[in-house]
This record gives sequence, structure tokens and C-alpha cells, in this order.
Amino acid sequence: MYSFWIIFKQAFKTKAMTKSFMITTLVVVASFFLLANLPSIIESFSGDDDSQQTLQVLDETGQYTEALQAQLSQQDSAIQLEASELDEEQLKAEVEEGSIDAYLVLAGEGQLSARYVAESATDSAEAAELENALQSLQTANVAEQLELEETELARLFAPVAMEREALAESSKSQEELSQARGLVYILIMVIYIAVIYYPNMIAMEVANEKSSRVMEILISSVSPVKHMFAKIAGIGTLGILQMMTFALAGYLAIQSSGSDLTEGIFSVMGFSEVKFSTFFYAILFFLLGYFLYAVLAALLGSLVSRTEDVQQLMLPMMILIIIASFIAFSGISMPDATYVTVASYIPFFAPLVMFLRVGLLDIPLWEPLLSIAIMLLTIGLLGWFGARVYRGGVLMYGSSQSLKDIRRAIKLGNGK
Amino acid sequence: MTLSIKNATKQFGDFTAVDDISLDVAEGQMHGFLGANGAGKTTTFRMALGLLTPTQGEVLWQGRRISYADSPDIGYLPEERGLYPKMKVQDQLVYLAQLRRMGKKQAEQGAMEWLERFEVPHYANKKVEELSKGNQQKIQLIASLLHNPKLLILDEPFSGLDPVNVEMLKKAILDFQKQGATIVFSSHRMDHVEELCDDMSILDKGKLIVHGSIREVKRTFGKQNVRIHSDFDITSLSAVPGVEKFTAQRGGGVFRVADEAVGQNLLTRALEIGPVRQFALEEPSLEEIFIEKVGRAHV
Repeated sequence: MYSFWIIFKQAFKTKAMTKSFMITTLVVVASFFLLANLPSIIESFSGDDDSQQTLQVLDETGQYTEALQAQLSQQDSAIQLEASELDEEQLKAEVEEGSIDAYLVLAGEGQLSARYVAESATDSAEAAELENALQSLQTANVAEQLELEETELARLFAPVAMEREALAESSKSQEELSQARGLVYILIMVIYIAVIYYPNMIAMEVANEKSSRVMEILISSVSPVKHMFAKIAGIGTLGILQMMTFALAGYLAIQSSGSDLTEGIFSVMGFSEVKFSTFFYAILFFLLGYFLYAVLAALLGSLVSRTEDVQQLMLPMMILIIIASFIAFSGISMPDATYVTVASYIPFFAPLVMFLRVGLLDIPLWEPLLSIAIMLLTIGLLGWFGARVYRGGVLMYGSSQSLKDIRRAIKLGNGK
Repeated sequence: MTLSIKNATKQFGDFTAVDDISLDVAEGQMHGFLGANGAGKTTTFRMALGLLTPTQGEVLWQGRRISYADSPDIGYLPEERGLYPKMKVQDQLVYLAQLRRMGKKQAEQGAMEWLERFEVPHYANKKVEELSKGNQQKIQLIASLLHNPKLLILDEPFSGLDPVNVEMLKKAILDFQKQGATIVFSSHRMDHVEELCDDMSILDKGKLIVHGSIREVKRTFGKQNVRIHSDFDITSLSAVPGVEKFTAQRGGGVFRVADEAVGQNLLTRALEIGPVRQFALEEPSLEEIFIEKVGRAHV
């Protein structure tokens, strides 16, 4: 156990101390803070510019400006209207000069018509807001002309009550689903990146030790199996700590931005009603996925003689992860699909796909448990198999870049 | 017997790397393995270390097969030198010693003592990749014996070193043996084996063709060299019965003979030609034995 800890500590420390690791961590943390504060940063740059400007209005009827302003304030719009004292030619000249961005022309008795004139037609946000407000104004006007009662008006505009109802018992209600979806999406993304990033680290580490030939000393000192698992555990711990750092940074960043996670963009992600179990499963499936792919990566890393060959040999593994991510991401919109259910029991896809299902569906507990059991079994088998390949693989030098070398490695390790 | 190899055979596919080798190395002895490249020395060592399992036979250390439980008692210098290029020398030595279950404090202290002994204490905080090859090799040797192993296996410990460093390492290895360690090493330099070892063996194409104490090996070789220096041409003497081989040298030559009596005969004949300036009966060198044995085995 002593030597296990020595390797564990060594793997953890050397990776944590590398410049690339520190820089990556810092960049990600910094980008979290940047992203969380992006809206206020953008505002601070553009604040003194156009958003505070009032919109010049040429009101030919002379009666709409005030009503429109009232309607706009009701819509929480920041647009300020001002009746212009200039004629259209002068306003046009000012837009061309750039001293104002746009102006609005209102005309028509009874039937309201409007023209929004700007330098280019791309600044549509303001125009859309105006159109909305004008539509309401028009409706109110017509209703008045038709002498409709308040209640009649209400009936006319009552929205259709449409609710989607899922018959399958496992599926969550539409409302719950859309809330969970955002969070699950993000967590799948995190697991996906983690099971690529950390196992890759392992493969590189193993290949490095092999190419620098220090491996022969290592495995004559401690058993290859112990060496392999100590390394996997060391880098895994580092991974968890890095992820926790990111999570903490993300939380602090959002705090610092003053949002309470329920407004604006965050309401879509469903942070308002976070279920503890979702996070629990995320960590669990991250760990399982990591161990599964880390053992595979160590196995593949032990086959190459030069670090340059690592990527080539890792390709089949990468394809597995990418397929898993395709299934998971496409499954977000239809987690009930048969192929998603099937994939959630296939060990190499399960870390992403089963997590998707437990995150989005109310499935019985035995389903994730079965999937976890399958994964644990696979990790065990791969560990056993990997240790055999590793034992021979680390002694094998030469042009080894294909999976056929697995057989050679087992032979060499076995002495048969 | 501390290390005993019993009928060990190792095959890789159709290729037999080591063919039915049996050998014992007694405790506290220094045993030298000689052999050309690809003779099976490294494979034999790897089997002894438990890195490779023999196809047939076994290798025992104190009566048992070597396992990782024996790790603290074993030191190994692989033929392919390998250290972490980016790690500092002292950290590296301590790490590798810790893997052999040595305490950290002890390892740190020991590492400094060895670095001082090899006159490179100032490299303690340098990265290995910054060191010259010869100095890296010193570090490598320290790494193999820092944890005070009882069995030290050195695969080509002196290759690529300048004569001064070879002497320094030789002395260190001899001193380490005096402390009671059993040492096995391979070399293709006969003079190193001759100088350091009690026992030796010669491997050729996986087969053990010679083994025993050096004195015994030389005696059973049964041949001697007769060196005669003369101002006259003595080439004609190579026709004397009992002379197997004649090597001309400046001012004379060396005759290989199977029998001491032939030497006396040669002297008499040489004196008939003219005065002899030098006459000597010499033991055969290991190099001659090697060439003879391996050469013959090749035919």
C-alpha cells in the first residue's frame, strides 16, 4: 500500500504542477467569471452610446406619441420617445450624418401605420419592440372604435390553453423536463469532456514513462497492476478536484454577477429547481466513465513506444466516446427513444446515456443500478485484461501502433 | 544459493531467446555475464526479476520465485537507461527508492551521500535531461542501489562511460559487494568481468556455453599462450607440433598451445634461430576464451 500511495502522490503532484494544467485551470476559471459578467461588461462598454438615446418621432396625427410611450413602458422597454420638431428631410439628414440612429414616422387615422427609418435595417431589436407596442395600441384603438366591452376584449385575446401531457409514467411533466434539460445538457457536456481529457492524460503519462524507458525500473519495483491503478486513482483525484474548482468558480462567478440563477438565461437551464440526485448521478457517472476509459487508455498507452503514436492508438477509444455523446445529445429531445434505452446499458455509452435518462426521466431505480453494475463489471474485466496487456506492453518496444499488438503484449506478459 | 536459475527457457513465438539455462549465484558473489548482443542476457535478467515468466523452468531467489514482496531487496539497472527527464535528480532518486519501500528521510540522505561519492552533489536539484549521458548513468546506478538491495542486477553498467568514470563506478560496485550484496552484471567488456567477478558465464544464442569461477574456466580451457620476442623471424615456429595458433606481433609473436611442454619446445627451437629477448607463459584471456567458444559455437 505504501508504494501505491507513493505513485498516487507522484501522479497527482507532477500533473498538478505542470504549467499547462495550471494555465488551463486558470483560463477556465477566468472565463467563467468573464461569461457570468458578460452582460454587464457589454453594457458598460455600450452604455454611454445609443441605448440612452431618445427616439425621434414624427407624429403626423399628433395623438399617438404619448399612448405609444405608455405602452412601451408597460412592456418594460427602455425606448424613450420624443416628438420631433424637425421635418422628415432634416431627420433623414441627421441619420445619415450619424447624430441620431433612427426615427419613427406615425401616420393614419383609425388605421395606424408607422415607418421606422434607420441607417441600416439590422438594428431590428428596437424596431421589433416598437412593432409590438404599436400592435397593442392599434388593437386598443380598434376595440374602442367597435365599442367592445372589456370582457369581450378579454375573450377575443384569451390564449388557447394547450398543455402537453406525457402518457408514459416514466416521463417527467413537460415543465419539469424543460427545467431538467438545461442542467442535464451541461452536465453531460462536462462528463463528456472529462472522460476525454483525463484518460488522455493517463495515456500520455504511461507513454511518456515508456518512451523515457523509466518504465522498466518502475515495473521491476512495483507490480504493473498497482502502478496502473495508482496512476489512474491519482489523476482521477486530480480530475475531481479540478472539476470541483470549476464548479466553485462557476458558482462564485454567478454570485458575483448578481444573478440569483432564476432569471434570464438561467431560467432555461433549470437551476431554480435543482434536484440533488441529478448532481449525485453526475458525479457517479463521471467516476464510472472516467475509470472505464482510464483503464482503456492506460492499456493503449502501454502499447506505444513513442508519445507521438498515442493519438493514433487512442482513436478507436475516442470514436466510442464520440458515439456516446451523439446518442446522449440527440437523446436530450427524446430520452424515451428505444436506442437511448438500449445504449444506456452498453458500458462504453452508459456514463453519458444512462445519466441522460436518470436526469430526464423518472425511471425505476433498478435501471441505473443495473447499468452501474454492468459498468463496474466491465471496469473489472478491463482492469484484469488491461493489467495483462500492460505487463507485456510496457516491455514491448518497436513500431507498435496497431491494436494487434495487444495480442503480442499479452503473450509477452504471460510467458506463453 | 541465493539466486538459482533452473533449466530456464524463454521463447518468443518461434524464437528461443534463452535456451535451458541452469546457473547458481552464491550469496555475496559477483557474477559476470558475457555474451554478444542478442545472446539472451537481458531476457535472463528479466526472468530473474520476474518481469518475464520463463516458458519452461524457473528462477528462484532464496528458494522462492521472485515476487513484488521482494522488491526492497532487489536493485536493477536496465540496459535501456531510463529516468524521468523532467524530474530533478534528488526527487527522482527518492521517488524510485520509495517505490522500493525505503523511507523518505533515509532516501534523501542516502541520495546525497551517493551524489557526493560520485562527485556530482551539485546536480541534486537539476533536471535529469540537463545532465550529460555519463552523469545520467551515475544517477541511474545510484537509483539501482540506493535502497541497499541484497541482489543487484546490472545490465551493461559501464557502457558509454569514460575510463575515469568506469573506475569510479567499478569501485563503488566492488564496495557494495563487500557490504554483502550479491551482484549479477552483464557486459561485453571481458576485462571488466575478469577484473571484478568471482564467477562468470558466457551466453551465446540463448545457450550457456561456459560457466564457473574464472580460474576454473581458464584452467578447463586447457590452453596457454607462449609469448616469444626475438630479433629474428620466428614465424616458422608456428609449424611446431602442438601449436594451434600463431599471432605475429612486433618483435615476435604469441603461440597458443594446448600443453605447457610445447612451450618449452618452442623456446628451444627459438633459441636455435637466435637469442630470445622475452619468453613468457601466459594464461589465456577471457577474450580469447570467448572468441574461441562463441566462434566455435557459431560453426
